[in-house]
Parts: sequence; structure tokens; C-alpha cells
Amino acid sequence: MEQLNPRARSDRYGSRINRTQSPWRALAVPYASIAFASFAPTLLLADLMPLVPPLGFMMLLGWRIMRPGLLPVWVGAPLGAFDDLLSGQPFGSAILMWSLAMIGLEMLEARFPWRGFWQDWFTAALAIVIYLLATAAVSGATLATPLLMAMVPQALLAILLYPFIARVVAGLDRFRLTRTRRLA
Amino acid sequence: MAPPASRRTGYSRKAQYSVFTGYLLAALGAVLGLVLLGLSWVRPHAFAPLRGMVSSISAPAGEASAVTRSGTQSVWSTVTGFWQAGSQNAGLREELEIARIRIAEADAVAAENARLKDLLGLAKDEVKPVAVTRLVGSSAASARRYAYLSIGRRQGLTPGMPVVSDKGVIGRVLEVTRSASRVLLLTDTESVLPVRRAGDDVVAFAEGRGDGLLKIKLINLGLNPLKKGDLMVTSGAGGYFRPGVAVAVVTELTSDGALARLVAEPSATNFVTVEPIYEAVAVAAAQTPPERELADPAAGE
Repeated sequence: MEQLNPRARSDRYGSRINRTQSPWRALAVPYASIAFASFAPTLLLADLMPLVPPLGFMMLLGWRIMRPGLLPVWVGAPLGAFDDLLSGQPFGSAILMWSLAMIGLEMLEARFPWRGFWQDWFTAALAIVIYLLATAAVSGATLATPLLMAMVPQALLAILLYPFIARVVAGLDRFRLTRTRRLA
Repeated sequence: MAPPASRRTGYSRKAQYSVFTGYLLAALGAVLGLVLLGLSWVRPHAFAPLRGMVSSISAPAGEASAVTRSGTQSVWSTVTGFWQAGSQNAGLREELEIARIRIAEADAVAAENARLKDLLGLAKDEVKPVAVTRLVGSSAASARRYAYLSIGRRQGLTPGMPVVSDKGVIGRVLEVTRSASRVLLLTDTESVLPVRRAGDDVVAFAEGRGDGLLKIKLINLGLNPLKKGDLMVTSGAGGYFRPGVAVAVVTELTSDGALARLVAEPSATNFVTVEPIYEAVAVAAAQTPPERELADPAAGE
């Protein structure tokens, strides 16, 4: 059989014979990727204006929208706490916003169970804009026109980046479910 | 994407309870976030130790990215320099001529300065830096402008210390933990720095606007004496910064002052210097309530 088609006994997650998925990898990848996305913007030095999209929040949105039911509803609190320690926001801001976002998306999903990608992108864009405005409001910065104008490029970049994040989440999901563990 | 079947609980009590608990925990998480947010508003530095712990763990990655950042900057400047070589050469030669004249003038001024200082019996030592380090990161996604240092109390840092680069002021230390600290950059909307015009005594405040420019607010209102291209330097008022460090160059005049561009952009600097507080006694005195007497400089803490 393998001579005719080398992938005859495998699917998109690898060989189906004598291989199974690693439970550690399947569990850890979403959380690790969101935590890393929270951490990544701190490495860049944006000294003049907010420039980097809120990658941690976008990764959370990506996993939540692309794979509903994978992350528990309450996951916004612990992951948000980690984000707060790195993002420069007052502690508690991401705990609140991420929890509210998870509850909001849950309610939205109950209302619109079947969605397309464009609809998801619209949801994510709306969530990102609301999130950016809300975090700026609680950050302690003085909200004046110059700051709000400076945040427009950040918001646009974040919205345009969502499809890329969605692809990354899809790739990570494939990696997550790859059959690597050898059955004895 | 189809909704997951796990939400349809059916008649299973266990499934019903677990879904309900999930919602309950999520709502509790939101409430917890609200409470912690309120606490952070009342006491902004309450969570500093936690933050410091996380940033000292992540500091090595920040060091690596800081090295990469200065590396890529030099590559980029080499490439752009190649394209501008001819015109830049002519321009630089002209500038050099002028600079030679200015150096001679400055020597004369320095000599006179030394003479006058001797006359007054004033000999201010050169400021000895507390530490020389790199900025390892920043709050790039937030509306606040913070930068992070991978040194802290162990290296002798205290809140309020000025952070300067070889070009000018970067910001000041805001929060210090054992081996990490946070710097409030000049461009943050909550940053205010007393400045004066280099050369004369037009005093003003330089406030961050949040979009990379500084707002220069004159203290003496009236005719606006500022001109485009004026260099603003620290005035030394407040006691944190030593006077005469470059801050910003005026780019646009407004009705009550001007807008100015930073001289030392943190992302373009390689190393920064943390200096001691210029007049620690004055800072302590300003923080001491009038009812209490100023016994010694440490009493204001």
C-alpha cells in the first residue's frame, strides 16, 4: 500500500499506526502560545507611541474563535494576570478585559452558532478596538486627541493582523494534535 | 465552525454543573479583575514585586533583543549612509569648518567659566553614574510609555533617578525591585519635566503627549519667545535632573508654547546611564509635609 501512496495510512496529523497524540502537547500549546504572545511585545522598544498590536489578547481571540470549546470560559483571569505583569497596564486590567471578552464571545456564539471567517474577523476587529480603547482608559494615561490619534495605526495594524494570527492558530492547532507519541 | 457539542448538556447533571461552574468562575474572574484594577489605581506600586519577578526572569531575552536592535540599526545606517555619501560629505565638511570655530569659542568660554567658578569657590564634581545599562524592553502595546531595565535595587537604583543617554534625557526610574526596574519615558502622558531654553532662561515644562512629541508649556505667559529649532535643556528645578542636559528641539509653535521632538530617542540609543538624584536634599524636602521638620535627607522617604 505504501508503494502506491506513502500517506495512505496517515492523516493530516501523521501516521495512524502505532502513534498517538501527546496529551502534554495537546494541553499546553494554546496556553503557551498565548503567554508567549503576551511576552513578545515587551521585547520591542516602542518609545514614541503605542505601536505593537496587543498580541496576547489577539492570540486569545484567535484560539477562542477558531477552536470554540477548547479554552474554558474562565481562562481569561489567569492568562490576563500574566499579561498584566508584562504589559505595563495596571494589574487587573487584562484580568477584567479578558474575562469579559471570554464571556462576551460565549454569548455571541450562543446567538450565532454558525459563522464564516469574515464574520469572525469582524468580531475580532470589534473586540480589538473596544479592548484598545478600554485599556487606554484604565491605563492611567491622559486621554487627549494626540494619544488617541497615535493609537489609530496600532488599531489598524491589529485588525489587519488578525487573519495572520488565525493562520498561526491553525498551524499551532495542527502541531498540537500531531501524533508523536509511540505506542509500545 | 460548528459550535462544540460540549455546551449541550442534555439531562446530565454533571455536565450541567460543570458548564454552570465555568460561567460562574468566568464572572468571578471578571470581578476579581475589577477589584485588582481598583487596588492598582489606589496603590500603583502594590504589585511591583510581582512585576519585577517576571521582568527579571524575562530580562535575558530582553538583553539579547537589545543587542540585536543596536546591530540592525548599524546595518541600516550603513546602507543609508552609502546612498547619501556624496552630499553628506560636502555637508559634513562645511559643518566641520563651523564646528572648529565653535570649539575655539567654547574653549574660551570654558576657561572663563573655570575662572569665574574659582572666583566663587564653586567646584561641582562631575556626576558619577549609578549604572550603565541597556533598555531591555518597553510596554510596546500599551498606551503608557515605560521601558524596562534589567538592574534594580541591588545595583543601587532608587525611584526618581534620572536616566540619560549620551545625547540627552531618556526618562526617570519609576519603580525598582531587586534586580529589575521600570523607567517612565519622556513621551508618556504623565511625564512632566522642568526645562529651559539653552542659552537663556526661558523656563517651561515639557509634558509628554503620547504620540512621540513633547508639549513645551511656558511658565511665563505673554509673548511666545520660542522659535523653531530652539534646544530645550533640563533646568534642574525639582532636584531630580542636573541642569543642562538636552531634552528636545522645538519643531512647531503653539499659542501657549511649542511642540518639540525628543533629542534622545530611547529606541535609537545603545547604552543608557542611570544618574543619582541631583539634589537629594531638595527632593526629600519637597516630599516632607510642612508639619514635620526636615531632620536629615533620608527622613523624607
